[in-house]
Amino acid sequence: MDFMLILRDSLSAAVGPAAIVYALAAIGLNVHFGYAGLLNFGQAGFMLVGAYGLAVSAVVYDVPFVLALVIGILASVVLAVILGVPTLRLRADYLAIATIATAEVIRFIVNSPSNADVTRGSQGIAGFAKPFHDLNPYGGGLDIGIVRLSRSDLWSATVGWVLVAICCLIVYLLMRSPWGRVLRSIREDEEAVRSLGKNVFAYKMQALILGGVFGGLAGIFLALRQASTIPSDFGTHVTFYAYTALLIGGAARVLGPVVGAMIFWFLLNGLGTFFGQLTSGADPILPEGLMDQSQASLVRFIVVGLGLMLLLIFRPQGIFGDRKELAIDAR
Amino acid sequence: MPADTAPTANATGRAGLTGLAPEPGVPKPDPIVSGSSITRQFGGLKAVDVEHLEIQRGVITALIGPNGAGKTTLFNLLTGFDKPDTGEWSFNGKSLQGVAAYKVARAGMVRTFQLTKVLSRLTVIENMRLGAGGQRGESMWAAPFRALWRSEEQTNTERADDLLARFKLDAKREDFAGSLSGGQRKLLEMARSLMSDPELIMLDEPMAGVNPALKQSLLGHVKSLRDEGRTVLFVEHDMDMVRDISDWVIVMAQGVIVAEGTPDQVMADPRVIDAYLGAHHDTDLSEIDEQALAAEVAEEIETAQTEGEAKE
Repeated sequence: MDFMLILRDSLSAAVGPAAIVYALAAIGLNVHFGYAGLLNFGQAGFMLVGAYGLAVSAVVYDVPFVLALVIGILASVVLAVILGVPTLRLRADYLAIATIATAEVIRFIVNSPSNADVTRGSQGIAGFAKPFHDLNPYGGGLDIGIVRLSRSDLWSATVGWVLVAICCLIVYLLMRSPWGRVLRSIREDEEAVRSLGKNVFAYKMQALILGGVFGGLAGIFLALRQASTIPSDFGTHVTFYAYTALLIGGAARVLGPVVGAMIFWFLLNGLGTFFGQLTSGADPILPEGLMDQSQASLVRFIVVGLGLMLLLIFRPQGIFGDRKELAIDAR
Repeated sequence: MPADTAPTANATGRAGLTGLAPEPGVPKPDPIVSGSSITRQFGGLKAVDVEHLEIQRGVITALIGPNGAGKTTLFNLLTGFDKPDTGEWSFNGKSLQGVAAYKVARAGMVRTFQLTKVLSRLTVIENMRLGAGGQRGESMWAAPFRALWRSEEQTNTERADDLLARFKLDAKREDFAGSLSGGQRKLLEMARSLMSDPELIMLDEPMAGVNPALKQSLLGHVKSLRDEGRTVLFVEHDMDMVRDISDWVIVMAQGVIVAEGTPDQVMADPRVIDAYLGAHHDTDLSEIDEQALAAEVAEEIETAQTEGEAKE
């Protein structure tokens, strides 16, 4: 049993690009769900249009890289507007249904062979990330014993954490302002806010767009870091992982989604390596009859799920949340 | 409005109500709200069917009626929270037909709710600050830059603290609004709605669920609203309160305004007693001739049947 290896795998995942993708997506969900009370179950859709906005315009239409990035962000704005106009008048639970359906519809459209001349179908698109990786200033990877990142991951992580910091700063500045107060009030009771003369629909739309752009950035970052994008990167599980990260860290807290994403990936990778070691080798620690190697890679999800349940029972506010604030809600 | 009731110097406020005929829909000399033929249908039920309604400026008007009379529905219609099937109404002479609820509030007509809507997971002071209208910091583009809204926030906070002190909520300033008692929530909602300095404040059952000790102070607060020149319209079941503080009473029953007048006039009005207690409430049942009653009912059924057939 190599505990050093387990620790290294866990920490590398927690500070590496995978955690960053989910941190960005969860920051968006935090704006939607944590502050404005919008139950968006289609964050993967926002990530997809961001990634494909970049990839399709850069590869298929030969748009310059920087402009393609802008198109990726604009694509998530457009999705937010199209999604928001008909659905923001709905009650929270209907919004959840509409958003998850929209995200899946978009994924199927992109996946469909009949659109393959633009989206390349299930093959996905590659060959747009060269300008990003060409900017890499690092000579080699990072290896300080407990954290090991490859050269390209190190560059991605650098850019990614800067991006996360900027997004957190934006959320912090907005949420301490009267604008953020209106948003949190809408989460509590939109009729009351309306009765005080605020245009609730406009605020919800602004929140949906802002969180959607953060989701779009997550998708763009994912596409750049792996230098390709395929539809299966944006299944519904992506949204649920991002929600998990948000709930672990604590909703309606600026750093909640970031810490949550790091913990989520720390546990997921650490447990993966742990169970992998238990079942690998000629004479595995766990007998093969109990758990074989292919099962081991799935058991981590069971354990993480169990942990999430315990968290919601014993610390429903997440790591950073305010228990008192949550208790009031449970009337 | 007919020429002979045009506003005169002494026709404003309470003075304008003296000598008005206690009839449904009577025109007021200085109306702040005036509406005509407002109807709202829910399936087969006509919840509101108001022919004419005027509310005098600067007085306390009570809207009373038995359960299901359509009082709250009328409230929702006037404030834009519900859309009527027909009708038009104006506030300060400006038509409010099809105007969104938030614009109605901005125009100076602010309401509270029967089931109080405090924002539980915001503190009392944050609830109050939200009430202020036209804040620059509430625009998304100005929001990140504190310098743009700091002084405005300061002024609003001072106003909020004054109002909290007046409503004796200053000790609860930093508490979550969700931790307040029912009566305190009513007070907070009223105080919050005053943050935007409304001309007309509409209270939906301000006394419901308030303990008797707090009731007296709530009554005082409502009166003080009138004394500082605001118009108050409130829905209430508590007759003591209606008699105590209202200058004018409008009675609704089954969606229709059945009577209007000063509290004393209305309490004595047979139409009001009928609406609350039924037309035969003071008749001893044993005195009713059963035979005659049966004949009456049979005749009613027959008429209804022939009418139904005629329609087909």
